[in-house]
Amino acid sequence: MENAVVRIELPPHLQTLARVGREVQVDVRGDVTQRAVLDALEAAYPVLRGTIRDHATLKRRAFMRFFACAEDVSHDPPDTPLPPEVATGVEPFMVVGALAGG
Amino acid sequence: MSEVRVLVGTRKGAFVLTADGKRDRWEIAGPFFGGWEMYHLKGSPADPNRIYASQGTGWHGQVMQRSNGGGKTWEPVDNKFVYDGQPGTHQWYDGTPHPWEFKRVWHLEPSLTDPDTVFAGVEDAAMFKTVDGGKSWQELPGLRNHGTGSKWQPGAGGLCLHTILIDPTNHARMYIAISAAGAFRTDDGGATWKPINQGLRSPYIPDPNAEVGHCVHRLAVHRSRPQTLFMQKHWDVMRTDNAGDVWTEVSGNLPTDFGFVVDVHAHEPETIYVVPIKSDSEHYPIDGQLRVYRSRTGGNEWEPLTKGLPQHDCYVNVLRDAMSVDALDSCGIYFGTTGGQVYASANGGDSWAAIAEHLPPVLSVEAQTLQ
Repeated sequence: MENAVVRIELPPHLQTLARVGREVQVDVRGDVTQRAVLDALEAAYPVLRGTIRDHATLKRRAFMRFFACAEDVSHDPPDTPLPPEVATGVEPFMVVGALAGG
Repeated sequence: MSEVRVLVGTRKGAFVLTADGKRDRWEIAGPFFGGWEMYHLKGSPADPNRIYASQGTGWHGQVMQRSNGGGKTWEPVDNKFVYDGQPGTHQWYDGTPHPWEFKRVWHLEPSLTDPDTVFAGVEDAAMFKTVDGGKSWQELPGLRNHGTGSKWQPGAGGLCLHTILIDPTNHARMYIAISAAGAFRTDDGGATWKPINQGLRSPYIPDPNAEVGHCVHRLAVHRSRPQTLFMQKHWDVMRTDNAGDVWTEVSGNLPTDFGFVVDVHAHEPETIYVVPIKSDSEHYPIDGQLRVYRSRTGGNEWEPLTKGLPQHDCYVNVLRDAMSVDALDSCGIYFGTTGGQVYASANGGDSWAAIAEHLPPVLSVEAQTLQ
């Protein structure tokens, strides 16, 4: 099975933390799921571990959201395949901070 | 020529203030980690250019940073804080059991001798330690599991371990404080702990003289007298002369004994400083006058220090980790406010000047004396 190249958009704080631009690309082996994409992201940028998902439980942090193809997929089970457009790199997988003031 | 470096943690980034030994002209560098809450930064006494910082946001949780260059450059280190074993429960605000959940690092206390060893006080209250410069953190579970942990209850700011003091003459002895559990001491490097709250009286808890449950806001010690500690409790300023076995109140003539900070002069172990705050429901100075109070008698007899501080329409707070002293011959005192000012005195508190005025709300202030 070939690796999929997945585009990921990161929120500003994580861009500065990882010292990258708005979008990064990661290689994903196997099914392109939330879990696989985030595993690949954290493997490429270890500094992001714990900032999107809890270290121990790997659950999404409360104020983080995941969008794909204009849909909020935050509440989908982590092993649900992402849309083909994300898996083929046409659309990005978006990691978004929930709106909050202050 | 001596130099002073003041590390300032704020709600929206960190700042590094530097001056020569005269301390009359300050340069401000930063913000570092702009937009992030910087709960605490502290340098290693063994290598002042090694600085550790606690960085976080509600979105992304905890990040840890380390500088090997005096705060000019930084690198992220491990941010994984996992409680040892099955963490169990403490009490929630309503008295029901609540599982321990890591939220953030409140305070960092580097070893007095090893730049790679640091203790971290966290919320929910526990103590962690790194011995590899922050590459990994391990809990010292003897504190949380010593027997009273299931009775601990959070204060308004959370169940936070916010103060760590290392006895400079006996590094195996350390003191910590937790809101709202109280003060604790270890005599074996953190393996075992005992509550040291005898003499504290808190009328707002079910048993005012309870073994644990007191909302201790801050502890301070002078390096020449490690058995003598000073405490700013929720209400009451306290002291002990026997390593915490018994505390006595030294609030004396303070206009209010509510407050958050307490610190000790670098060269005068009986000279201490607090910033009285009106009350637990009104977190600002009385009558809009920002006044540091100094006692030269180890408490009870206090004098207001006002020169250079705003004496009208001032309604800021000074948070528990936001006061520090330098070690120059004429001791410098520093504190930061929730209004974004950092005030400094180069003469033991006799007069003050703002060395930064428009920062985000200040969470922590640490002074480093560089030779």
